[in-house]
Amino acid sequence: MTSSNKNIIEVNNLVTHYGDRQILNGIDFSVEKGEIRVIMGGSGSGKSTLLNHMLALLTPTSGSIVIDNVDVVNANRKTLLKLRQKMGVAFQGGALFSSMTVGENIKLPLQHHTKLDEHTIDIMTRLKLELMNLAGFEDLMPSELSGGMLKRAGLARAVIMDPKLLFFDEPSAGLDPVTAVELDELILKLRDAMNMTIIVVTHELESAFKIADRITVLFDGEIAITGTVDEIKNSKDVRIQNMINRRARDEHLDADEYIKRLTTGKN
Amino acid sequence: MLTVFMTKAKAKIEHLGDSGVDIVESSGRLGVFLFNTLSRLWMYRFPLEETIKQLLFIGARTVPLILISGLFTGMVIALQFYDTLIRFGSVDLLGAAVAMSLIRELGPVMAALMVIARVGSATCAEIGIMRNEQQFDALDCMAIDSYHYVMLPRLLAAIVSVPLLTAMFDTFGIGGGYIVGVLIHGVSDGAFLVGMADTIVWNDVWMGIVKSFLFGLVIMSVCLSKGFYLHIEQKQSGAVGVSQATTQAVVLSAVLMLFVDYIVSSLML
Ligand SMILES: Nc1ncnc2c1ncn2[C@@H]1O[C@H](COP(=O)(O)OP(=O)(O)OP(=O)(O)O)[C@@H](O)[C@H]1O
Ligand SMILES: [Mg+2]
Repeated sequence: MTSSNKNIIEVNNLVTHYGDRQILNGIDFSVEKGEIRVIMGGSGSGKSTLLNHMLALLTPTSGSIVIDNVDVVNANRKTLLKLRQKMGVAFQGGALFSSMTVGENIKLPLQHHTKLDEHTIDIMTRLKLELMNLAGFEDLMPSELSGGMLKRAGLARAVIMDPKLLFFDEPSAGLDPVTAVELDELILKLRDAMNMTIIVVTHELESAFKIADRITVLFDGEIAITGTVDEIKNSKDVRIQNMINRRARDEHLDADEYIKRLTTGKN
Repeated sequence: MLTVFMTKAKAKIEHLGDSGVDIVESSGRLGVFLFNTLSRLWMYRFPLEETIKQLLFIGARTVPLILISGLFTGMVIALQFYDTLIRFGSVDLLGAAVAMSLIRELGPVMAALMVIARVGSATCAEIGIMRNEQQFDALDCMAIDSYHYVMLPRLLAAIVSVPLLTAMFDTFGIGGGYIVGVLIHGVSDGAFLVGMADTIVWNDVWMGIVKSFLFGLVIMSVCLSKGFYLHIEQKQSGAVGVSQATTQAVVLSAVLMLFVDYIVSSLML
């Protein structure tokens, strides 16, 4: 299999449900090594759902997910643990442990998975904090950080083990423009310096166009298009043009139907 | 009219099964949770550092509450027993009566209730918030086992500290009984102490230990699992979900604790 050597992520025909509701309708998705892939799409289109399945936090209804040659759907606990040590995940809200300081949070993976001595761990932690512009904040509690700082701290924790593969949910949502740009630079730096493969879920067009090698756009649980920035910009698909030009969904609405929907709550 | 009643009754009856299914499901989850947590004892190294941290939180910081409530409980039951025993002219039995009821029954139950109030609710809320903020997902993704790292230390700390807290409760309770009986009502202190020493046998103490050990296990596993399964069990998410889970955890652990109390008493008496 040559393709599995080139692709670090291979998702085939992924179908997922929450209860009875089908969310993803047969998704094929693959990411090459060293690529920065951005996943975009409207709210509720299933981006986080796709991400959570790739992280093996949820079990799909059908389909296969292969990451770094490991079938994560059927993998046993041990294999999964091994794989996860090579992956870093930065969650949307940071997901730092509220009972520990920022520094303790960031060094947690090192303490668990390596036999390094405390001193080395401290140095590595400080290095990553420097990288994220968080030097000097290591003794604060997560509750004492701002939203943007939490995100960067979460990112520091995600990359502390120098993973091959980094997942990043909504890096720039709710950040001021300057910090958002800094974070984009950081993502590019991580890829160039450490040759990471990076999957980013985002709403921010500007940031997506800046960092992405390729962009995948999801609509209602289906992939509308996967392509380079230029391919996305030149796409003829109306939904994608709407997204790029920030036009509202132009739903054709009949006046009577609208009144009926408002009064009865039904279509 | 009748048909309305029939439909309503039918709807009620149809839903009788639902709560039954809920109960079976959630006890199943509790069992799986307990098994998963305890199985980490032989799957990983012993989480010593974390357990000590939790012992401090669950055990040490609950001590003042235990001492005060133990003292007052001892005083009030001494008062009640004194009032009863004096009618039969047998106040010499006061020490034995106070100690017996504390060691066998009131000590374990009251200490457990204090632990539920002080620690169980806080733990459930903390775990529930961790679930809400994706902290367990983060642990999974960091390849750190939540059961081993978060659950086991808390469970072990509860199992160790509830019996110890119970012992303190008993001691201060007996002290409270001594104050009321001997110092206030003038029962002879020889009769109080010797009567107590003569009556209490090892089996009574053993019963108290078994009970408090099981109470620690029940309380902590209910409170932990209610928080841990927040996303599955609670209809609402966010702050409402956490508050509902906490209420359920407190109520369920108290009721289960009393149920276990009855079972153990009936087996050991
Ligand atoms: N835990 C859950 N239980 C039930 N349904 C869910 C759950 N999480 C998400 N959904 C549903 O799945 C669909 C996709 O959600 P998802 O979170 O993947 O969207 P998203 O693309 O990440 O959106 P956003 O950009 O707003 O984060 C939504 O319709 C949502 O209602
Ligand atoms: Mg999302």
